[in-house]
Amino acid sequence: MILTTNLSKTYNSNTVLNIENLEIPKGQSFGLVGNNGAGKTTYFSLLLDLIQPTTGFISNNNVQVNESEDWKPFTSAFIDESFLIGYLTAEEYFYFIGDLRGETKKGVDALLAQFEDFFHGEILNQKKYLRDLSKGNQKKAGIVAALIGNPEVIILDEPFANLDPTTQIRLKGIIKDLANKKGITVLVSSHDLQHVTDVCERIVVLEKGQIVKDLETTPETLKELEAHFSGEEAIV
Amino acid sequence: MIKQFISLEWKAFIRSASFQTNLALKILMAVGAFIMILYFIGFGVGAYFLIEEFLNPKPLIVVNQFLIFYIVMDLVMRYFLQKMPILNIKPLLYLPIKKDTIIHFGIGKTMMSFFNIIHAFFFIPFSVVLIVKGQHDVLNVIGWHIGIMALIYCNNFINIFVNSKDSVFFSVLGVIVALGALMYFNIFDVTAYTSPIFEAFYNHFYLALIPILLAVILYKLAFNYFKANFYLDAGLAKKQTIGETDNMTWLDRFGNVSTFLKNDIKLIKRNKRSKTTVIMSVAFIFYGLLFFTGAVEAYDGPFWRVFAGIFISGGFLFSFGQFVPSWDSSYYPLLMSQNIKYRLYLESKWYLMVIATIASTILASFYLYFGWQAYAAVVVGAIYNIGVNSHIVLWGGAYIKTPIDLTSNKKAFGDKKAFNVKTLLLTIPKLLLPMLIYAAGHLLQGELLGFILVALFGLLGFLFKNKVFQIIERVYKSEKYKTIAAYKQTN
Repeated sequence: MILTTNLSKTYNSNTVLNIENLEIPKGQSFGLVGNNGAGKTTYFSLLLDLIQPTTGFISNNNVQVNESEDWKPFTSAFIDESFLIGYLTAEEYFYFIGDLRGETKKGVDALLAQFEDFFHGEILNQKKYLRDLSKGNQKKAGIVAALIGNPEVIILDEPFANLDPTTQIRLKGIIKDLANKKGITVLVSSHDLQHVTDVCERIVVLEKGQIVKDLETTPETLKELEAHFSGEEAIV
Repeated sequence: MIKQFISLEWKAFIRSASFQTNLALKILMAVGAFIMILYFIGFGVGAYFLIEEFLNPKPLIVVNQFLIFYIVMDLVMRYFLQKMPILNIKPLLYLPIKKDTIIHFGIGKTMMSFFNIIHAFFFIPFSVVLIVKGQHDVLNVIGWHIGIMALIYCNNFINIFVNSKDSVFFSVLGVIVALGALMYFNIFDVTAYTSPIFEAFYNHFYLALIPILLAVILYKLAFNYFKANFYLDAGLAKKQTIGETDNMTWLDRFGNVSTFLKNDIKLIKRNKRSKTTVIMSVAFIFYGLLFFTGAVEAYDGPFWRVFAGIFISGGFLFSFGQFVPSWDSSYYPLLMSQNIKYRLYLESKWYLMVIATIASTILASFYLYFGWQAYAAVVVGAIYNIGVNSHIVLWGGAYIKTPIDLTSNKKAFGDKKAFNVKTLLLTIPKLLLPMLIYAAGHLLQGELLGFILVALFGLLGFLFKNKVFQIIERVYKSEKYKTIAAYKQTN
């Protein structure tokens, strides 16, 4: 589904990302972990064609993302607050995204109804604009907006950060559900090793822009990751 | 402590985004600031002689008469433009610094503001001329001068209360407009009551102590006000408005464009910056008074009518249109990762500009009072604006990559990044071309042909709408990465 070939991104001779080859099959829940500056957000931004690759390319469902815009109808994302329109209420924002993605108001309402417990009564009918919501609630709205319009690829950058524990657990359920039942390719990045191992079938570790580990998630994965990040390689 | 505060301020100043430009622009800015200062000094010196020559052999009397409006206008300008230091204080809150020190510093900072300093450039030279040229007594002039400066500082402190209280502000503004109108129509002259006050500062220099005392009291009040509200959930909280979900179903009749149109209308309605743009475009409607009343001699030629007509009807078109797509800068990555139709996006902004231009033209119908030519200039100006300028403005906007902070008024009155060679070149077809077209018709046959030609050119412009939209779309696409990167750099 998502094929990365010889991809690199360089700022003033400083290479921040360099991925020779990475293939993410359809329906996989894919986790990207790495320390600050490892290149996670850079990779997602390249995947969304928000920045230009220095070399190489990514193709999403056989569409080369920096050449054609045909990937947009089946791809959605929530990267940061620049994906929110601050002066809209959450409802207006969802309907706006729905309009852009060819979803009717009814369709959006039906989708929102499924997330009532995820919202925990703090998103809809709040008489507040998105800019006045707390960071966590903004994130909830952004994540759910990324699910509107039946996307086949969903990209979430740090979805667990700023969320309360209850919501984190609910979000894990949602992400698992998307990949397992609906065959949606979900790409998630996180600093929280526990969360990614819970949710993702496959985890890739980035370090200074390079892939240093590519793991199929097994019960041992968390230990291995913890060992890696604490600086002691696990004894296998 | 104070030393550290000052060093912080200095860093904030020299590292602000507006200084992070190349040397050429810095020099240009310095020259601009210098000219501005010269201009004010020249105005301060010149005002004396001009008034003496044309109005009254005793300039001080005239100045005293209008001072009330000067001081009140100062308050209005401050309300719109002067930023309160409240938000910058937040990071200091949890540091081991006494609250009082922080508050003194915060208020002290407003005292050093440009809005206070600028007046000195007028009043000091004026006072000097009063003494040197007008043979006024030194002590009296100093008393007068200090009295007025104190009043200006009173404004500074009043603004601290009034800021963020719209209801107070608009009622003040209403009173001013009413008083001005009453004076204009010779019904009630407020200056008859206020100018003796200012004269008193001159006649009895020690009376200047009263405004100084007033300023001190207001400082104390501002201090207490600050202190009482010195909590994250009180005075330091961001103001929140009550959000109402509005689906604007009445706009559905516009078809596909309605998605963006709804959003754009909400953008204008719910953000401070865009509201200021609307107020400014209303002000533009009255800009023509300078031309048609003969108030400014340089504007009396017949060709200037068209110039005025373009501005009267096109205030919103220019001030809003030049910042498309910057209005959407805060969520530009969202738009760029969605499957948006650029055409519909542009079309929505275009509709808004057309609607605003038509509305301005209707509001401007009072220009009929100055003869049919005046209003004809407005109408053909509107046609030219809709047909030609709307496209040019959107086209020019595509090259402007200044992020807009919708929630603040900073930079609402111009931004150096908005000036580049491309946008400068585009003013030629925007303003000069219609004047030339009119001039051609005017000289060939007369006013009527001039107006008809301008209108014809405007109508002709409609034909190019598709073409221009295609070009803009291409610019958006080719500049996409640069634009996203530029919009990320908020201050």
